[in-house]
Amino acid sequence: MSEDKKPVIRRLNTSRDMGKFMADYYYELDDAAKSGKQKIAWCTSVGPAEILRAMGFLTYFPETHSAMLGTSRMATDLIPKANAIGYSPDICSYLTADIGAFLEGVTPLAKVFKGIESPPKPDVLVFNTNQCRDVQDWFNWYGEKFNVPVVGVHSYVGVGDVTSSHVASISKQMENMVEPLEEVAGRKLDMDELKQAVALSRECSDLWEKCLAAAAAKPSPLTFFDGTTLMGPAVVGRGTQKAIDAYKLLLEELEERVGQSLGALEEERFRIYWDGMPVWGRLGMHSKMFASLNTNVIASTYCSSWIFSALDPEDPFNSMARAYTELFIVRGDDYKEQYIKDKLDFFDVDGIIYHDAKTCPNNSNCRYGMPQRLAEETGIPSLTINGDLNDLRLLSDEQTKTNVEAFIEQLEENH
Amino acid sequence: MTGSRLVYAGVDVGASRTKVAVMDADRKLLGYHIKKSGTDFSATADFCLETSLKMAHADQADIINTVSTGYGRKNVSFAHESKTEIGCHAKGCFLYYPMAITIIDIGGQDNKVIKLDDKGRRIGFKMNRKCSAGTGAFLEEMAPRLEIPLEAMNGLAVQSTDMVKLGSFCTVFSGTEVLENIRNGKKVPDIVKGLFYSVIKRVIEMDAFTENVVMTGGVVAHNPYLVSMTETYIGQKILVPEHPQLTGAIGAALYAME
Repeated sequence: MSEDKKPVIRRLNTSRDMGKFMADYYYELDDAAKSGKQKIAWCTSVGPAEILRAMGFLTYFPETHSAMLGTSRMATDLIPKANAIGYSPDICSYLTADIGAFLEGVTPLAKVFKGIESPPKPDVLVFNTNQCRDVQDWFNWYGEKFNVPVVGVHSYVGVGDVTSSHVASISKQMENMVEPLEEVAGRKLDMDELKQAVALSRECSDLWEKCLAAAAAKPSPLTFFDGTTLMGPAVVGRGTQKAIDAYKLLLEELEERVGQSLGALEEERFRIYWDGMPVWGRLGMHSKMFASLNTNVIASTYCSSWIFSALDPEDPFNSMARAYTELFIVRGDDYKEQYIKDKLDFFDVDGIIYHDAKTCPNNSNCRYGMPQRLAEETGIPSLTINGDLNDLRLLSDEQTKTNVEAFIEQLEENH
Repeated sequence: MTGSRLVYAGVDVGASRTKVAVMDADRKLLGYHIKKSGTDFSATADFCLETSLKMAHADQADIINTVSTGYGRKNVSFAHESKTEIGCHAKGCFLYYPMAITIIDIGGQDNKVIKLDDKGRRIGFKMNRKCSAGTGAFLEEMAPRLEIPLEAMNGLAVQSTDMVKLGSFCTVFSGTEVLENIRNGKKVPDIVKGLFYSVIKRVIEMDAFTENVVMTGGVVAHNPYLVSMTETYIGQKILVPEHPQLTGAIGAALYAME
């Protein structure tokens, strides 16, 4: 086995459309921030974006900015700036990189989008702790800096079955957000607009789910590494028609590839499931490394985090409460194990890679014996790689490479 | 002019030492050499191969195939193919112990725990995380702090009567603990045994072990007391091949035969 040959990775044509989608999104925000013609809300990536849309806010998601700090490899130099003001190097490196960037007055947006000098200033910040508590601290810091209100949903953790009490509690918290948001927006919430936003969000979610499910085909028409950028509209655009249009095009191209048996890689010998965050600063490197081993990382828990199948426009608050609580990251280990088992089966994978991200315990599912339990139950081997989403000081490329090569070598020899 | 028989070569360019094994088609080890890898991996590999071939009474033209492995596996210009050190250690150990085994390899920079089934198939492996505590590099770092040569550590550890336990995970902080123990009048053999114990602890915590445990690697080759300490710690007899530092190179030579 050798990973020296130049890998052939077939790029999706629609990835260019996704690039334009993101450019339009950031320019619209920048314009609103500069002109003041539309209010801006900052929202956590799995926060209640639909409420904000319905109230006419343009919505900015700081996590996408942090991911850009990762992909641009600016994060590692910025994280220490946040450490120096009391934010530990052991907490979320999205938070520390983003605050570090703010302190230094730098942004990758300025490098990518000409004319944009900074992220758009918020009028309000809205969080949901369903993903972790760090988002609350992150948003509160900005709330103080910008002197704007911060409102949030305090979610449950380790949820087994999502019960009506969970839904009632979260739904009530979401309803309670409306009044302070109305004050900032200077207008009332129109329930018809909320229903419309929820309907659009649900349609976006369904389309994104279908796009990801296309990877079940052999060979898979897309890779996990494609998914980490293609998911942009599901994160920042859910609740808008534009996101739906973008995914219709993507789905069309993926289905065309499936019809032609055209894989994302020239040769797909092994199929891998990825659990945990991507290493943003190594997306390209990892993509090429796997491709050169004729291995496609076809699916992940991470990219599926923006599937909200419970959304129902006829019952917006309750269905949002359910959808945002049903997410993988909110759930207990029993649910998570079954979820991953179902995915392994659906995508018919040969192995699992767990990314143990040092600063993201909530998205590292390998720390309480799950790899061993799943290997025992399914017979599917796994590998854990140590790294981080943004802090490149926390990974060793050589160790990762040797581990991955040895894992694929193992799959090959036991094939 | 060629030597008397055709051979296969395995080259293991480790972070600390380069090892070459030359074997015949009957999987017999004919020649080998070990040298500090230094900064020119390619030149070191060339030298080790040449010396090993001499020992095997063979020369370059007798080599049918060469496989490289280890940290510098891509720097071996004369290798036809490369394999990971995990695969090579597995293959090398299974040659001597053809049964279900857990291999503990303690190298200069990496520790590995590799599990094989009774057919020699790898069923899993783990490497140390990014940190090099518990590897050969840890002992290399500690020897100068105690002002002793690296090669004296095994002899000193054996003399210990009251082992000093070090608490830190980190090599740098362990160094501080060593200094503190020196200040407190602890004896060098007791500190060295404590350092060995640290190495063992880091390896033991990596994985659960099966019935048969094999230990390999340069650290084991030069510090056999580590093996008996590990046996005491895990309560199992440990198997050690004749050339524990060479199993990766031997495994690479076996791959070359395939």
